[in-house]
Amino acid sequence: MSIILDMLPISFMFAAPIIMAALGGLFSERSGIVNIALEGIMMVGGFAGAALTVVLEPVMPGMAPWIGLFVGMAAGVLFSLLHAVASINFKADQVVSGTALNILATGLTVYLAQIFFNQQRTRTFSAGLRKMSIEGLRDIPVLGQIFFEDIYPTFFVMILLVLGTWFVVFKTPFGLRLRACGEHPQAAASMGINVYKMRYAGVMISGALAGLAGSAMVLTQDIQYTVTSIHGTGFIALASLIFGKWSPWGVLGAGMFFGFAQTLSYYAKDISFLAWLPNEAFYILPYVLTIVALIMFAGKTVGPKAAGEIYDQGKR
Amino acid sequence: MKYRTILVALLAVALVFTGCAKKDATPVVEKPEFKVGLVTDIGGIDDKSFNQGTWEGIVRFGGAHNLVQGTDYKYLQSGAEADYVPNLSAFADEKLDLIIAPGFLFEMAMGEVADSFPEQKFMIIDTVVQKPNVVSATFAEHEGSFLVGVAAGLQAKADGKSVLGFLGGMQFPLIEKFQAGFEQGVKAVYPEATILVDYAGDFGAPDKGQALAQKQYKAGAYIIFHAAGGTGNGMIKEAKERSEKGDIRWAIGVDKDQYTDGQYGDKSAVLTSMMKRVDVAAETVSQMTLDGQFPGGTVMVFSLKNNGVGIPDSNPNLSADIISQVNEYAQKIASGELVVSEIPAK
Repeated sequence: MSIILDMLPISFMFAAPIIMAALGGLFSERSGIVNIALEGIMMVGGFAGAALTVVLEPVMPGMAPWIGLFVGMAAGVLFSLLHAVASINFKADQVVSGTALNILATGLTVYLAQIFFNQQRTRTFSAGLRKMSIEGLRDIPVLGQIFFEDIYPTFFVMILLVLGTWFVVFKTPFGLRLRACGEHPQAAASMGINVYKMRYAGVMISGALAGLAGSAMVLTQDIQYTVTSIHGTGFIALASLIFGKWSPWGVLGAGMFFGFAQTLSYYAKDISFLAWLPNEAFYILPYVLTIVALIMFAGKTVGPKAAGEIYDQGKR
Repeated sequence: MKYRTILVALLAVALVFTGCAKKDATPVVEKPEFKVGLVTDIGGIDDKSFNQGTWEGIVRFGGAHNLVQGTDYKYLQSGAEADYVPNLSAFADEKLDLIIAPGFLFEMAMGEVADSFPEQKFMIIDTVVQKPNVVSATFAEHEGSFLVGVAAGLQAKADGKSVLGFLGGMQFPLIEKFQAGFEQGVKAVYPEATILVDYAGDFGAPDKGQALAQKQYKAGAYIIFHAAGGTGNGMIKEAKERSEKGDIRWAIGVDKDQYTDGQYGDKSAVLTSMMKRVDVAAETVSQMTLDGQFPGGTVMVFSLKNNGVGIPDSNPNLSADIISQVNEYAQKIASGELVVSEIPAK
């Protein structure tokens, strides 16, 4: 039991950025734009967040990482606009445009780091975001230890985002319109919805969330932005989105599951009935579990019908 | 009409360039006819790691012989892995006297280029390429790791802690050398200590490093030594965070002096670092080549004996007493009195 208590906070640490980015993907895909650029947007957000934190920390040590998160978000929005312009206005293939963004992000962040810091990574920030404990709540037996002791604030931000996403997508007129654009944009347009505007909104929100996820990841888990800081988390987020069937709760579950599987791979050698497996088996564990879960539970994972399709007003 | 203007423009440009070339040709100082080139990996010469270290060694060598940067000693930055072969070949075409590439990433490219230019002399750092015209520089990582193990053991003993940790990137013989040396170093001064060992399975994943650091620190580890590249960043982050809150934990850096990476406020959570002196390797081999003793086809091991590994010159976090004991062990190993095994005890 105590081993589970040790594992859960670590799982949450892994899960928070995955879920944030996957929620970003949710907005974009629900509006009808496939966004495989999550990885690249996370890199840009991570770079911007880390760079700003480095610069601001000497001036305002407490606020700097929070401003960093915000700037990471803003940078994500700006970067995602490239995807929006290419795939909405210029009707480019969304997968190609997303791939281009991923490749661009690698070069762009290293290039900017070279300009600002004269090296291929940002300088190291001194603290970044710190873990915190919530007085009062931490004394609740079991739950207090899991959720309220030594936990990164980004975990709570992530929970709020899940709730917020559910509310916005399923309980507001905006969400209804967004989903309509992802299912049948021509029908949505016939009802007077501006499909272009809605899709822009979807992509920009996804940029904001993925940028936030990237900066949260760097500021909580790293000491600087390097080109390997994100190392594929954006693609795991994409998998969580599909695994979670494009729903905020599904994404929450899938992200948590992935985080837990990752943590399990490190604790497996201390758990007697798993300890006989070779090391390598544990490293592939998260990915194998994801595939198994996809096969077993997914059945038909049906995404938004029009996602990935170029919007053609004349199509019936 | 148009063609003529273009022709005139081209002539003008050509004139400007020939003018430049003439100016450069005037000899400045007496110096040996020797040219050395460094091909960097995608990190670049300011990566605070292997590329930078190697370049510093070459610059030192160049300075000692009045060589001119840019003509006698120079570097080519690789933008991608695909640039390794063309960059090495470019220097080989220029017939430089020694061409250096740092890091195991160059292994394949170096083998290929060494075959195509059998007359040229090459040096590869931190991996082995078996060709008659390539000298491979490797490091006695286990010896350097022994020293940081001694430092960690003494520090833990002094502070009354008994658990230490090792965090590896991936488990294969090279990284096990770090583990083996560290364990023996700790045991030499603190036989009762327990050492937790974990491998992340990744060299570029700070989140995994932080997860394993949390695991080890929760299990009581006081000091963790990492041989995990970027993955180790997450471990340093965790050490910083805990130390900042008053729960003092230490990290030990690897390859280069990571003191500044561990800085929080005016302190640092990095106790010391296990340095591979790539600068010493590059300088030594350049000198040997200049002296006509290029050790082609051999593997040169840079150990404590020739200052190829060790702890940084300045260690603000270690007491003078610990440093002197570390130095005693360094001398014992250098003199051959103490032999460090490369294989971890099972």
